[in-house]
Amino acid sequence: MDLRYSASEEAFRQELRRWLASSVAAYGPPPPQVDWPARRTYDLGWQRLLFEAGYAGVDWPVEGGGRGASPIEQLIFKEECERAGAPYVGVNFVGLLHAGPTVIAEGTPAQKERYLPGILRGDEVWCQGFSEPDAGSDLASLRTRAVRDGDDYVVTGSKIWTSHAMVADFCELLVRTGAEGNKGITWLIMPMDAPGIEIRPLRTLEGTTEFAELFLNEVRVPLSNRVGEENDGWRVTMVTLSFERGTAFVGDLLEFVRLLGELRRLIAQCGLSGDQGLARRVGHLVAAFDALWALTKRNVSEAAKTGIPGVGGSVFKLSFSEHAQALHDLTVEVLDRAALCADPLESADGAPLHNDEALHAWFKSINLTIAAGTSQVQRNIVAERILGLPRSR
Amino acid sequence: MDFRVDDEQRALAEGIRSVLQGRLPLEHLRAREGDERTISQDDWDALGATGLFSLTLAEPAGTGLGLADAVVVFEELGRGLVPGPLVGSFLAAAAGLVPGAEVGTAQVGVHRTGPGPVLVEHLGALDALLVLGPDDEARLLAPDRLAGAVRAAAPLDPLTPVWHLASLPAGDALEADGPRLRRDGALLTAALQVGHAAEVLDLAVAYAKERHQFGKPIGTFQAVKHICADMLVRAEVARAAVHAAACLADAPDVAVAEATAAGCTRDELLERSVAGAKLLADEAALTNARAAIQVHGGMGYTWQVPVHLHLKRARVHATTFGTPADHAAALAASA
Repeated sequence: MDLRYSASEEAFRQELRRWLASSVAAYGPPPPQVDWPARRTYDLGWQRLLFEAGYAGVDWPVEGGGRGASPIEQLIFKEECERAGAPYVGVNFVGLLHAGPTVIAEGTPAQKERYLPGILRGDEVWCQGFSEPDAGSDLASLRTRAVRDGDDYVVTGSKIWTSHAMVADFCELLVRTGAEGNKGITWLIMPMDAPGIEIRPLRTLEGTTEFAELFLNEVRVPLSNRVGEENDGWRVTMVTLSFERGTAFVGDLLEFVRLLGELRRLIAQCGLSGDQGLARRVGHLVAAFDALWALTKRNVSEAAKTGIPGVGGSVFKLSFSEHAQALHDLTVEVLDRAALCADPLESADGAPLHNDEALHAWFKSINLTIAAGTSQVQRNIVAERILGLPRSR
Repeated sequence: MDFRVDDEQRALAEGIRSVLQGRLPLEHLRAREGDERTISQDDWDALGATGLFSLTLAEPAGTGLGLADAVVVFEELGRGLVPGPLVGSFLAAAAGLVPGAEVGTAQVGVHRTGPGPVLVEHLGALDALLVLGPDDEARLLAPDRLAGAVRAAAPLDPLTPVWHLASLPAGDALEADGPRLRRDGALLTAALQVGHAAEVLDLAVAYAKERHQFGKPIGTFQAVKHICADMLVRAEVARAAVHAAACLADAPDVAVAEATAAGCTRDELLERSVAGAKLLADEAALTNARAAIQVHGGMGYTWQVPVHLHLKRARVHATTFGTPADHAAALAASA
């Protein structure tokens, strides 16, 4: 049981840190959240820089064009990027973390050749067409239908919660080609410029539109865009999820500690440093962060040796999501009436309160217990797969 | 980096667990509920014979292991509800403060002075009492100085007898690293708490699989499932915190590197890691014990089902080496 990094891990870290030190500042800050075309350009440009420096697809296998980094190196990569304030993966998320690894594992040689370089080089953007209005937690009940017609599938249905659909080139799409349930699902690559696709931005409770609904009206997708066999799509999807090495939330976790620091400054700024109740809540969050960072290292260590992140993603996500919500709830509480608008406000001494950032973080944190497997589903997974309690369904 | 529990540590844990199951099974411990001595000297000698008190002493006197290994062992002791002055004896052995502590021939208690009534656990069995003051001054008291102590008739934990004293005499000053004793004591206690948190989870899960209502095991119902899932999360998070703090204590160079990254001194990092571990472990033990009682339903409310023993022990441990509130306040004030 050792927290010490090896010499080669340290060398990886130092080399990356040097590169980030010069590259991040030179690249500049991101464009406004709402300017999607500009965000696409920004995120893809950063991906191109990573590619040219040999850091694209750090955790992808070498055969897929990646660096073949170990889970520990992946952890270091994410940690250093977060600490350096590097641009977030942004619109490259689905391509780098989902579609790309799936094509590597399950795609044909032609598919790998066509699609992987575009992701790595920052040329093409992917979005995800999985969830449907009637198929969220119960994804296997999805109803978007694909029927064979000549050399194409003809796809009709709708998808929801598709991130950055409006700037995507491709969609990893799950469709029903067979009987009900998870044995009748197929994984397709849908070009987003195909006729019959309507993108309707979905307004979140924050008022932003990073998600969209997709309405697919007889969209033709070539058979050659199918990844894996027909009706084998569920297994293919599970393969994608098995790539998770315990590092999914590293960026969020390190951002959590930065925001915790902001909260402590805010408490002082609002003259609340003497409030012992607040202090204890902050103290709990400090303990939680340290523990979750240790748990991350444990999960990543497990993944490095066994391929699976220990007690895993579910245990981490359950704990992290609730502590992050506690942090943001506390921040908004401390802001008091300054949280009644997102227009930037100042305290009496003229110092900014960062109420806009706090509200944004608060809204985003509400989704942490819902997206990527609700906390209720995560608890079922922990109870059934880790504790061995009898299945409910 | 490999932060998993390694094979040697797993073997160490299994070894201790099998000694406890063979020598100190629950029925054997429970036979002494409410007694003046809740573990016989013979049994304490058997514990000593496992080498647990001399774990971190250099060979040949000890095994030359670290705190990371000690917390793995102490988690098993917590699981096993082993009574007696485990932490004090370990601290005294590791620092060479009381001859015989390292082999189990001397039982050493540890007490931190503070406000409120003075209660000393296991006084009837102690050969020495280590006293830590508010500024980490360390002193040693012989039990014969505590003649006025009165044994409580109704201890909270039937396996942790306590003696009440009007006040604590001064004791003899000790050459010792007071802050280190306090930190290590807190961490070993936290490890015991992780053991309690984990054991009650196992008891709850076993019950949820066995107990049938409405034609199925109650563990089928999501409400029960979710209580158990939350117990696992608490225990795993607390365990990670305890292990990390132990690794940092064992590897000063790693602690320095982490401290630099965190923008604090090495000592501040060690204090913070221990405070966080103790806070989370105390809460995991207490909350999990309550949750386990809940899963056991009416049976959880009986004397017979042992979950209440873990709850009560967890309460004892939550008052030693700082309460959750103390540590939360310290963490808030930390860098």
